[in-house]
Amino acid sequence: MASEAAVLEHAHDTDGQAWSGGKAPFKASYGKLMMWYFLLSDAFTFAGFLISYGALRFSSVTWPVPDFVFNKIPFFHGDKALPLIFVTFMTFVLIASSVTMVRAVQEGRRENKKGVILWMFLTIIGGATFLGCQAWEWTTLIKEEGVSVTINPFSMHTEGGQYLSGQELESAGFTKVEKDMHGTKATYYLGKGVADLPENRYFEKVTHSGKSMVGQSFKAGGPYLITINHGTHLYENSAYKTTDNKIVKETFGPTAFGALFFFITGFHGFHVFSGVCFLTIVMINVASGVYARRHNHYEMVEKIGLYWHFVDLVWVFVFLVFYLL
Amino acid sequence: MDAHMSYDDQKKLVVKGLKLLGAITLIEVLIALTAKGYLIPGVHFHGALMYVYMAAMVGFSLYKAYFIVYNFMHMAHEVQGLRWSVLMPTLLLVWAVIAFFQEGSSWGKRRQQIQQKNTEKVEKAPANGSLDYDGETVKYLI
Repeated sequence: MASEAAVLEHAHDTDGQAWSGGKAPFKASYGKLMMWYFLLSDAFTFAGFLISYGALRFSSVTWPVPDFVFNKIPFFHGDKALPLIFVTFMTFVLIASSVTMVRAVQEGRRENKKGVILWMFLTIIGGATFLGCQAWEWTTLIKEEGVSVTINPFSMHTEGGQYLSGQELESAGFTKVEKDMHGTKATYYLGKGVADLPENRYFEKVTHSGKSMVGQSFKAGGPYLITINHGTHLYENSAYKTTDNKIVKETFGPTAFGALFFFITGFHGFHVFSGVCFLTIVMINVASGVYARRHNHYEMVEKIGLYWHFVDLVWVFVFLVFYLL
Repeated sequence: MDAHMSYDDQKKLVVKGLKLLGAITLIEVLIALTAKGYLIPGVHFHGALMYVYMAAMVGFSLYKAYFIVYNFMHMAHEVQGLRWSVLMPTLLLVWAVIAFFQEGSSWGKRRQQIQQKNTEKVEKAPANGSLDYDGETVKYLI
């Protein structure tokens, strides 16, 4: 009896207009609407990551200086700083690939199969180029500079000072030690009456190309990098004298930086990578005529287009918090 | 968008988007390099100017985001209900940003306080002396 009543009630309901289904109040297909809501949820995920970056950065006394961390470009070695040039190029690549995606969607609306394939192909090239750039950036940070999820050699001086030479350290009562480390001879200085442990070793400041920075002075707020010269795991914390004549050494930057950088840019890069995969699949389907037979103006291209623009949109904010601020 | 625009207009919009987004990014980077003292010798933003710089960067980024969502993702031509159902929840993030950044700087203050207290040198008080307490001289016994 009860079920019969329910059925009757239901039948009565379907006589109504708005709630009976078959209508699209948002004038968008189910797939497109769900893509929008997926992107909304993804925006919250990214916002969560970026907000945690902001909160941790605000909670730290020091933080790596972006234009000092990201100042390398490929095929150009040396100590000359080229701040933010490479990441600007990466941003242009992603913008360009977003633009070619818009063209692909437009050609899809006109049922121009060849046009869709051409513009999607260019979009894929853009996405792959971006991934290649990111791979280079990661390699440089990990291999050359020694950043990892647990180690961050980049930081900012909280006080002014001047890098000390070996003689200056010796005359201040430090003892010189020469030791074979990772196959090369390392020279460092130990304070009075302390054991020869990594945390007690004071080094002379050198750049990555081995140029001495002894005698150079710096101000509070100036960026620095603890260089690695004797294998990846030995960090040379350089000795310096503060303006009030204390001898101290550079300390590592906030640990969270590496984890946040690799996790957030990695999560974005993973979006780019999956985007490239989906674009390739959709492009192959376009070429084989799957969407032409659906006669829906290549809606699948439009949906993957939404995803691709979102990836570009997220980069706008990743670029803002990691590189500009 | 397609019902609203001719094919030529669509192509023009794409070129406009490329130029606009590229130009904003270039301006952002040029301002960033000027602010950090790389472009003009002797010019380096500090204090209040740095906050203006940050606000400008956030503003440029939000404009880029708006342009991408409204023109490239065609949000401008969607039904208002769809637009609201996507954009209104996003507005909740504004509060999340304010709340967590506030919390973050509070952690920072605690951290600094702990550091300061850890390095603080306290001299041992002499036995049975007196000290200044809220403007009053108080005697104590140890």
